Amino acid sequence: MRRGHLPALLAAVAALACAVLLAACGDDDSSTDTGSTGAKVIERNADNAGKQLTVGSKNFTEQFILGEIYAQALQAAGYEVKKDLNLGSEQIALRALKGGDVDAYPEYTSTALTSFFDVQPQDIPKDAQQAVEDSQAQFEQEGLVAYEPTPFTSANAVGMLKEKADELGVTTVSDLEGKSQDLTLYGSPECRQRLDCLVGLQQDYGLRFQKFTPVDIGLRYDVLDKGQADLSIIFTTDAQLSTRDDVVTLEDDKQVFPPGNVTFVASKAAADQAGAGLKETVELVQQGLSERVMQELNARVDVDREEPRAVARAYLRESGYIE
Amino acid sequence: MMVDLPLGFLSDFSEAFDFIFNTREAQTGGVQVGGPAEVLEFTWEHVKVSGAAIGVACAVAIPAGLALGHAGKGELLAISISNIGRAVPSLALIAFFVAYLGVGFTNVTLALVLLAIPPILTNTYVGVRQVDRDVIDAGRGMGLNPQQVVRRIELPLALPSIFGGIRTSAVNVVATATIAPLAGVLTLGDYILSANVYGQDGRLAGAILVALLALCVEAAFAGLQRLSVPRGLALGDHI
Repeated sequence: MRRGHLPALLAAVAALACAVLLAACGDDDSSTDTGSTGAKVIERNADNAGKQLTVGSKNFTEQFILGEIYAQALQAAGYEVKKDLNLGSEQIALRALKGGDVDAYPEYTSTALTSFFDVQPQDIPKDAQQAVEDSQAQFEQEGLVAYEPTPFTSANAVGMLKEKADELGVTTVSDLEGKSQDLTLYGSPECRQRLDCLVGLQQDYGLRFQKFTPVDIGLRYDVLDKGQADLSIIFTTDAQLSTRDDVVTLEDDKQVFPPGNVTFVASKAAADQAGAGLKETVELVQQGLSERVMQELNARVDVDREEPRAVARAYLRESGYIE
Repeated sequence: MMVDLPLGFLSDFSEAFDFIFNTREAQTGGVQVGGPAEVLEFTWEHVKVSGAAIGVACAVAIPAGLALGHAGKGELLAISISNIGRAVPSLALIAFFVAYLGVGFTNVTLALVLLAIPPILTNTYVGVRQVDRDVIDAGRGMGLNPQQVVRRIELPLALPSIFGGIRTSAVNVVATATIAPLAGVLTLGDYILSANVYGQDGRLAGAILVALLALCVEAAFAGLQRLSVPRGLALGDHI
């Protein structure tokens, strides 16, 4: 679910409008409020010298940033790091990982369970920690190692303009009952056929929408702003949710959208070769990644048009992981 | 030394064909995907949006090309439009349109029209310009008025070139309509874009279907192009 479809091109062009618009509104370079104290600086470990690691990521903002954070942190720890940060969907990423093209990449536990391990969305443990443990066990069987998860969880959500939500008096997805037949829903093309998206909204909530329209996920806010969509499938870690107060998400009271933490997944071979430094570094640098922080980091890329590389570096610096 | 032939793709292909002919459960569960009914539905949508775009593009570009070619003016315009059209990647064009106009059948069609116009316009213009001046003079000498010159001499003689232009456009449009599901139109591209749902077999099936469709369109217009050659020209050794 959580993947950019039309690669850089569409995202770039679509976001251009946003960028121009926002540039006009002044450029406030908010610094990341990581609020983490007592973080320790990553020390270059001579043992890691000469050990090569290729870090991958899928093809959307949050993944680019996470990939950069892990890559730069591992570099600071002394590894020789290469990056391959635009792998496409999780299926491609998994293939790259198993084939040895990359040694590790960040993946969402919920995505891993549904896309890789044939778990039905409604069967994903509601307890996030349990979901993590399930996916770790599954990854292990595949000869992969999944490290401890990030603090933040990320999930899809039904988003709408606040004005419209107030008008209809809805705060939860269940509230849409009896109203949804007059509402248009926009989501990524694959949302249409997914249990953890449109199909789930129809089956679990019994909702019927006036129309579901597939659209590139890069446009998930544009369609709301243009008035085309009454409802749009967005992500809980979206930059826009921290920068705009005219968009609200409806509470997923029947839990159709499984929340997912991110775990850094490495191949067993790479993990063994890299030694303990890999696990230590990865689990250290992600400590500051709360939902709020992740939203801000996403905002700096999606809204302020900063490079993921620079945003990741700033995060590592401001959190005190590198100097 | 033994060389392992990468023949794995053969079984990939048979799986892809299985996807086309039999429904199966989506990789994400809960719904049935693939199979002839769905394939036909997407193909029809693909053909509709491509056909509409090519139709509108012809309606705009052919008269314009004829007028410019007949007047012998606007060469710069015709050539520039075509060059710009070629320089702008089709993906960027669609993205631009979707970002500014929004999504839906009409908007996707419009974006594809812009993509389809340049080859048709240029080929029409060039087709008219390369009509032998002597033929036109002869026509005038026989008392044809300018409209008749266009209709009875320039258009028929330019037809092979015009169909060549439409052929180029059509293949372009069919291939580009693959990204229409990102703008609200469910074409065969959905199989490629939503591979998480349809699986790798679905994705490959989608690619095969789009390629087949493009080849069919190419073949159809190649046939039309050949048929459109006026008998007088076909008999001669001009071509």
